[in-house]
Amino acid sequence: MTPIARKRLRKAALNTAGVLVFVFAVFPVYWMVSTAFKSNDQIFTTDFIPFPTHFTFEHLDRVLSEGVAGNSIWLYMRNSAIVALGTVLIGAVFALLAATAIARFTFKGRNSFLVLLLIVQMIPSEALLIPLFLNVKRLGLYDQLLGLIVINVGLTLPFGIWMLRTFVAAVPKSLEEAAWIDGASRFVTFWKVLFPLVAPGLVATSIFSFITAWNELIFALILMSDSSGYTMPVAMQFFFGQRGTDWGAIMACSTMMTIPVVIFFLLVQRRMVTGLVAGAVKG
Amino acid sequence: MTNTSTIARGGGNPSAPGRRRHSQQRPAKASGLPPKAIPYVLLVPGLLVIAGLLLYPLFQMIVISFQKVGIPQINGKKPATWVGWDNYTKILDNEVFWSSLRNTVVFAVITVTLTLVLGTAVGTLLNKLGKKMSTFVVIGIMSAWAVPPVAQGVIWRWLFDADAGMINWVLNLLPDWLSNLLFGRADWTGEPWLNDAITIYLVLIICVVWASFPFIAVSVLAGLKGIPTELYEAARVDGATPWRIFRKITFPLLKPVFSVLTILSIIWNFKVFSQLYVLMNGPTNREAFNLSMFSFAEAFRSPPKMGTGAAIAVILTLLLLVVTAFYVRQIVKTEEIR
Repeated sequence: MTPIARKRLRKAALNTAGVLVFVFAVFPVYWMVSTAFKSNDQIFTTDFIPFPTHFTFEHLDRVLSEGVAGNSIWLYMRNSAIVALGTVLIGAVFALLAATAIARFTFKGRNSFLVLLLIVQMIPSEALLIPLFLNVKRLGLYDQLLGLIVINVGLTLPFGIWMLRTFVAAVPKSLEEAAWIDGASRFVTFWKVLFPLVAPGLVATSIFSFITAWNELIFALILMSDSSGYTMPVAMQFFFGQRGTDWGAIMACSTMMTIPVVIFFLLVQRRMVTGLVAGAVKG
Repeated sequence: MTNTSTIARGGGNPSAPGRRRHSQQRPAKASGLPPKAIPYVLLVPGLLVIAGLLLYPLFQMIVISFQKVGIPQINGKKPATWVGWDNYTKILDNEVFWSSLRNTVVFAVITVTLTLVLGTAVGTLLNKLGKKMSTFVVIGIMSAWAVPPVAQGVIWRWLFDADAGMINWVLNLLPDWLSNLLFGRADWTGEPWLNDAITIYLVLIICVVWASFPFIAVSVLAGLKGIPTELYEAARVDGATPWRIFRKITFPLLKPVFSVLTILSIIWNFKVFSQLYVLMNGPTNREAFNLSMFSFAEAFRSPPKMGTGAAIAVILTLLLLVVTAFYVRQIVKTEEIR
């Protein structure tokens, strides 16, 4: 074989492998979306129907009009959004403050704090389930979205700080020093110089927290007894009925729940990986 | 191991003494705070959250694991009674605990390994692909990574559905002799994958590997992009095999990335909950429990036994700490966190 032919063959093999990986990753997602738009005849068959030939909105319609467990699906979407956004707003402020402290100051106890951050990330949140449940009950936050928000802030903050500190550290210190020399106060320097430069990192970190809170199942499961407080992951469980599963409806619902996350992921994909890995490695 | 290199230039007092506003370094005018106090003030909210929502509950969990906490105690009608090691001995006598422990560990080992191997392979592949193709594949795998865990469970439950699932259809497509040779059977119609602990975990492994290899792949790709190409050229000139290049160049240079990815995978896979919850439809099949599900079931299924639930959670946490402590030490040692 000539070297050129060998090169072409190699390229073809690599591309084939790439396509296979793509199919493996995407097919299940495609299967979810396509099931949502198939008629029941096409869903409950032992044949393989690669795409919905009778494209239908009946499942989406049913989910939107009938809802689940006695409530509109929009209520659950709204609850999920409130919990996720609340987590992000509170978490972002706290994370930014702490990340600035770590990345911009040298102080006694700094390394201990970093090690603390590493260690608390290792506590499985499932292990905190029981005490947090009891505390939330005692504080009267049971069945309230605020209780979930508070807990999600706790679960996402250590990682948020860990991730954000890289972004803060990446802003050249000289910029701030220049502002100080020009007579700007610390706060003005922070607000006018550091904040705009860190904003993209803050967005990436916030989206990470948003997704974590949006996806959270176990705490929402035990802290919400009233169905009007369910978040999407909890509400989804009600499609698996005693008399069989309404697969069309549950796929429509899963798709609705997945769309915001996919959009966010695609928006900040690169920054998130930088934050996750470089943040943990290069520090 | 903590108070090493990068501690305060001025050294000394942690409680930020005096008002030395006019230190030449920081003309902190309007803040009104002594400069040394600033980082501590910034840390307070974060520390309060960590202490109140993670550390204190961790302590409470340990306390509860030595107590009897049922409905009267949950409602505050009765104080919790101290039962010593009772919860632990009860659990250790329970066969469900041992099967949960086995499920947890075996699942984690298999899944972490598969995720890392597949992720690294795909990351290396992405690095070799052309720009367009690589972007195309990255977007594809990103969509798998983005699917919420509950939806992941739903998707794979559907794919493995006994009657209308795609997997049974594909297995039926195999020529009978091949299917017989591989699995000892030809007909897969109505095969109920999610009735049995072993096959539930088979589905769970596929589901979790599918959803988590993209992160590894993209991270490895990011790491690979940082390695100067001259190194590879030199190695190729010297006639090194691809495997040798990986072992001698790629792996050592990406070691920090790999250790972080390993820790994260271990942490994520030791306590997988949502996907398992969906696949087996809640805490129904005791044989298929892992430790998180067992703890959850003890504590929140009636009658609630929070004490034993907490004891299981303590064991899970200890296990996780022991496994990851080694890696954390390495990060702290070799990376010298800044």
